[in-house]
Amino acid sequence: MNSIFQIRDNCMTIRVPEELDHHNALPIQQEADEVMMNRNIQTIVFDFRDTSFMDSSGIGVLMGRYRAIQRKGGQMQAENVSERIEKILRMSGISKLIPVNRKREWL
Amino acid sequence: MAVREMVAARPKMPQNRGQRKGIIMENTNEMSLEFDSRSLNEGFARVAVAAFATQLNPTLEEVADLKTAVSEAVTNAIIHAYGKKVEKIRINCCVREREMEVEVVDHGVGIRDVPKAMEPMYTTKPELDRSGMGFAFMEAFMDELQVRSEPGVGTTVWMKKKFGGRSGQRDLSGDA
Repeated sequence: MNSIFQIRDNCMTIRVPEELDHHNALPIQQEADEVMMNRNIQTIVFDFRDTSFMDSSGIGVLMGRYRAIQRKGGQMQAENVSERIEKILRMSGISKLIPVNRKREWL
Repeated sequence: MAVREMVAARPKMPQNRGQRKGIIMENTNEMSLEFDSRSLNEGFARVAVAAFATQLNPTLEEVADLKTAVSEAVTNAIIHAYGKKVEKIRINCCVREREMEVEVVDHGVGIRDVPKAMEPMYTTKPELDRSGMGFAFMEAFMDELQVRSEPGVGTTVWMKKKFGGRSGQRDLSGDA
């Protein structure tokens, strides 16, 4: 079990690593699928607080999980996104499907 | 066999640029790297190209754009061009004045239909949770994009980015 996954009741929180590319996406996809197979997950939260880089592989991770949770009638959201990650999510159209909340920037 | 080509051009650079070549000596700075098509090299490749771009004194956003575009092209080569095989990927970079060209070259399976491959949301590997946004991101984050591919021979993704005029910029001719 990877420490970036936290499960509480029916909610799975995935703490996304600093960089979410194809290389880093594979273990997250596998583990998320495993958790969803074994538990009745109704909410997925992607926590982007540590994440500074994401490419289209990250979009694939989110889209795959979104489809899976939709099938179960659940929901998904993205939390603590930076300006950059927000832009990527907006460009991919995911922002229209799930709530995206910006990271609080300390000035 | 015809080389399939698709040009997705942003506002083009003035066509007379090349003519200046003869008058002013062109000041370029080139860099190439070659590495194995292993997914752990995706991070290395984009960071290496971003490091080379620091001579242009880029903004954080420009660096992020460049890294994303390089990551997309390299990931495509790893997943689609070579699949499970480990072969070489080559990146050629050239800085010219305030622009940088990046070429990502593989000798993999090639793309049968380049325009189709470049359509947003199109992917040949949906089972791997591929979003199909790779080329769309390259196009969005760079100023020009050309994809040349021949089935069985390989693919070359050529991209160009213009770096904005930030104050305090260093230019190549100023290091004398």
